[in-house]
Amino acid sequence: MEQPIRVLIAKPGLDGHDRGAKVVAAAMRDAGMEVIYGGLHQTPEIIAEMAVQEDVDAVGLSILSGAHMTLFPEVKKLLDAAGADHVLLTGGGIIPPDDIDALQAKGVGRLFGPGSTLVELVEYVQAEVGRRRAAAGSA
Amino acid sequence: MTALDKTKEAELVARVKAGEEVACARMMTWAERGDPRFAVAYDAFHADLGRARRLGITGPPGAGKSTLVERLALHWRGLDRTVGIVAVDPTSPFTGGALLGDRVRMGELSLDKGVFIRSMATRGVFGGLARATDDIADVLDLNGRDMVVVETVGVGQSEVDVAKSSDLTLVVLHPGGGDTIQAMKAGLMEVADIYVVNKADRPGVDRLVQQLTDILDVRDIPLQDRPPILTTVATEGTGIVELAGQIDASLAEREADGRLAGRRGENLRRRIRRIVDGRLRQDVWELAGLSERLDQGTAGLESGTGASVSAYGLAEEILSDYRERRHGETQA
Repeated sequence: MEQPIRVLIAKPGLDGHDRGAKVVAAAMRDAGMEVIYGGLHQTPEIIAEMAVQEDVDAVGLSILSGAHMTLFPEVKKLLDAAGADHVLLTGGGIIPPDDIDALQAKGVGRLFGPGSTLVELVEYVQAEVGRRRAAAGSA
Repeated sequence: MTALDKTKEAELVARVKAGEEVACARMMTWAERGDPRFAVAYDAFHADLGRARRLGITGPPGAGKSTLVERLALHWRGLDRTVGIVAVDPTSPFTGGALLGDRVRMGELSLDKGVFIRSMATRGVFGGLARATDDIADVLDLNGRDMVVVETVGVGQSEVDVAKSSDLTLVVLHPGGGDTIQAMKAGLMEVADIYVVNKADRPGVDRLVQQLTDILDVRDIPLQDRPPILTTVATEGTGIVELAGQIDASLAEREADGRLAGRRGENLRRRIRRIVDGRLRQDVWELAGLSERLDQGTAGLESGTGASVSAYGLAEEILSDYRERRHGETQA
């Protein structure tokens, strides 16, 4: 049987605009995923801890504060250190294209800016998690 | 890829026992997915289970269960006890998706290594818990947690499975949650070992306590066996020390008079029955390929072209097919 994708949606840092995170969480739920909603104002440490305990396939961060160059690499580093390097780290927010390239070079997945559709990001997570699960199964 | 996927059962068991979080989380995933490796691992560790105290917390949506669990956990951490929490939320029957939001109310526990929280979706199971909830509570026990709390989905009246998998069941109610008749209906009100009236700073708390007392009067339970009724304001931490004290006292009492052992034995028997039920169902529908039989038997009904089908008749045909095939297999 196909196992539901488990994904953690959280907002690190201080900005309080959680509408985006909530809309994305609802879209992923409606696409048949199990969404652990982590809420506002989380530190990278708390986000990594939640991801580990919940054994999620993916973590989606919503960052609108401009602190993405600090927060994404920090969460990635903590996930790797905790033995959860298989987890897809993705997200969205106000992130310039150059920064997206730099973050992806550090192992972060696709990042979604304004104008992205919900279908796009749901399909990306499904495809990427499917690919990673298949790779793990054949390993 | 992570080494976890290639880990052998015995090694993962050892890592869970050693307290490793990522191993603990993966063992839970095996259980939840029905991975055959979980059953192998379980055989290796079941004799080590039973040390943790298991608490079930249930009640209607919005009663404050998650907040209460957070407060109890903080209290236990103050006593240097480690805590495991399984928080169950419903799966959508339409999309199969779920939004698991209990962690949002447990923010203060997030960075404490002494607390392990796992969210679960019900995945089509009714009764307030998920299929693998007991398994995941077992993994927390194996992981060395002193107190293991299972928080059910927000329940109505008859989702009372939690009582069959815990040492002690708390039913959390709140003023404004409905009149006495709601509470007198079967189910929820029969499983409480302790009643908690939360949100006790709201109007109507005295009346709710009085109504609960009246219900217990009507049920004619001997005075010493009556579930105690405690009031709390979880958001402010009011009444938590008293509640935790009552939990310890109730557990100690049940351990001393043998009720705890009896209940655990009964829960285990129910669980084995449930596993057999589940395997049989899977056997009938998947292994013997009888889903196709059902589809064939009802073909044409949706388009209005098929002949009328007797529900009992087709069910009996499917079952007799199944029995024949099984019989053939045992002969071979």
